[in-house]
Amino acid sequence: MNLALFDIPAAVLLGQLMLGLINGAFYALLSLGLAIIFGLLKVINFAHGAQYMLGAFLALLLFRHFGIDYWTALLLVPILVGLFGCALERFLLRPVAGESHLYSLLLTFGLALIIQGTFTNLYGSSGNAYPIPAALRGALSLGFMHLPTYRAWVIVAALTVCLAAWLIIEKTRLGAYLRAGTENPQLMQAFGINIPFLVTVTYGFGVALAAFAGVLAAPLYSVSPGMGANLLIVVFAVVVIGGMGSIVGAVITGLAMGLIEGLTKVFYPQAATTVIFLVMVLVLLVKPNGLFGKEA
Amino acid sequence: MSDLHTPELEQLRLSNVHAFYGESHILHGIDMKVHRGELVTLLGRNGSGRSTILKSIMGMVGRRTGSIMINGKETATLPAFRIPRLGAGYCPEERGIFASLDVEENLLLPPTVRSGGMNLDEIYEMFPNLYERRRSQGTRLSGGEQQMLAMARILRTGANLLLLDEITEGLAPVIVQKLAEVLVKLKEKNLTIILVEQNFCFAAPLADRHYLIEHGRIIEEISAAELPGQMELLHRQLGV
Repeated sequence: MNLALFDIPAAVLLGQLMLGLINGAFYALLSLGLAIIFGLLKVINFAHGAQYMLGAFLALLLFRHFGIDYWTALLLVPILVGLFGCALERFLLRPVAGESHLYSLLLTFGLALIIQGTFTNLYGSSGNAYPIPAALRGALSLGFMHLPTYRAWVIVAALTVCLAAWLIIEKTRLGAYLRAGTENPQLMQAFGINIPFLVTVTYGFGVALAAFAGVLAAPLYSVSPGMGANLLIVVFAVVVIGGMGSIVGAVITGLAMGLIEGLTKVFYPQAATTVIFLVMVLVLLVKPNGLFGKEA
Repeated sequence: MSDLHTPELEQLRLSNVHAFYGESHILHGIDMKVHRGELVTLLGRNGSGRSTILKSIMGMVGRRTGSIMINGKETATLPAFRIPRLGAGYCPEERGIFASLDVEENLLLPPTVRSGGMNLDEIYEMFPNLYERRRSQGTRLSGGEQQMLAMARILRTGANLLLLDEITEGLAPVIVQKLAEVLVKLKEKNLTIILVEQNFCFAAPLADRHYLIEHGRIIEEISAAELPGQMELLHRQLGV
């Protein structure tokens, strides 16, 4: 495999694309949750990174203190963190729901700082290792590269969850309520839909997606209180590029941005961390509502 | 539509209803009563408060006081989403068709509130256009088709108190005629209908009673029989 493209070995190129796809899978999961929350609640959830970190940390703590394994955590942690999200919506976000968007933005930003600060205080800011589950150790040979099994699993799991979320939103009655509620919540109440409850559940679902991403990330990246904050800035750029509130846009853009980041690492590594923001600037100049956003 | 063997059922009663949007006081003590199977219109100029009466019944105004009884149950203190479950179906002036849903999804969106609603086949029989366009995006329909969809949507739920806000507005005469036929059929089904209507010629032959609204108050109640004698007043108030 020495086919050279711009003097770059194909193996290097494909390897970076694969890494990009993994990052993209996380971008997709996180921006999907943000998009769902923004769609119905019109809340820019700044606590999303902290909720992702909470997912990873909770998996770590459950493993350390109770010996709860990865597979159980993958199911249990999103439920627990999702319920925590429901409580946040019910008791903190709902009272400011009628106010300017700035209130909920500052509220979630403050929450993120509190959650992150609490964990730094309790566990320090350094990273903690979470063991890769036994079934997913080792590597798959793809011919052009050896792909660690766990990384392959991350791509499959993230894409499956994104697809399932998309199917729920586009093809089910509950999804129709969500889409219609996003457009005109007042009329939905006049049809007998309990919108306050739908809002709570939707926020909880978005938060659960973040926590799921956190558990997936735990064996891959080191689990630390700041892990979400670093990622969230990029994810916000992804959401802006895809178009605020667009479900499909969030997923496709997430994956695409991961790939573009990967490609940039091959051709001009110095720009790898900035390329997404460059894309964001270009998209905002040409399509201010984002690639998949609707005309305002 | 009173039946000799059963006393007239009181489906809706408003007593001293005031409604507010923020600081603005829109309704000033509305008292009205509507019986099962009646078709009542709310007449008046734009801004007289007719649509606000419907919205107050649905709990869609900022604040309301007084009493609103639907089927004998007080609703003034209920959260908005509970009111439709008492049998009230609302068709808003702007029609409220959802762009992110196709026609059939729009049709199936409002949950069933009571038994006895029309099923999908009956609805498509009444509105054949909707069947042909059932896979189209809701807002791609023509104005008339969107109006049919907004009406059909609440017929499926089994609602027996229909609040229809300006359903003929901006529609071609042939569509208006079709809507009149639909209303006649709904009356035959003994549904109770409150119609906010600008088009007096459309409303007059259908209605059992009219309430004339001005500045958020009911200034006159006119039965269908009294209508010829009251044309002078209506001319003055509505310019019809």
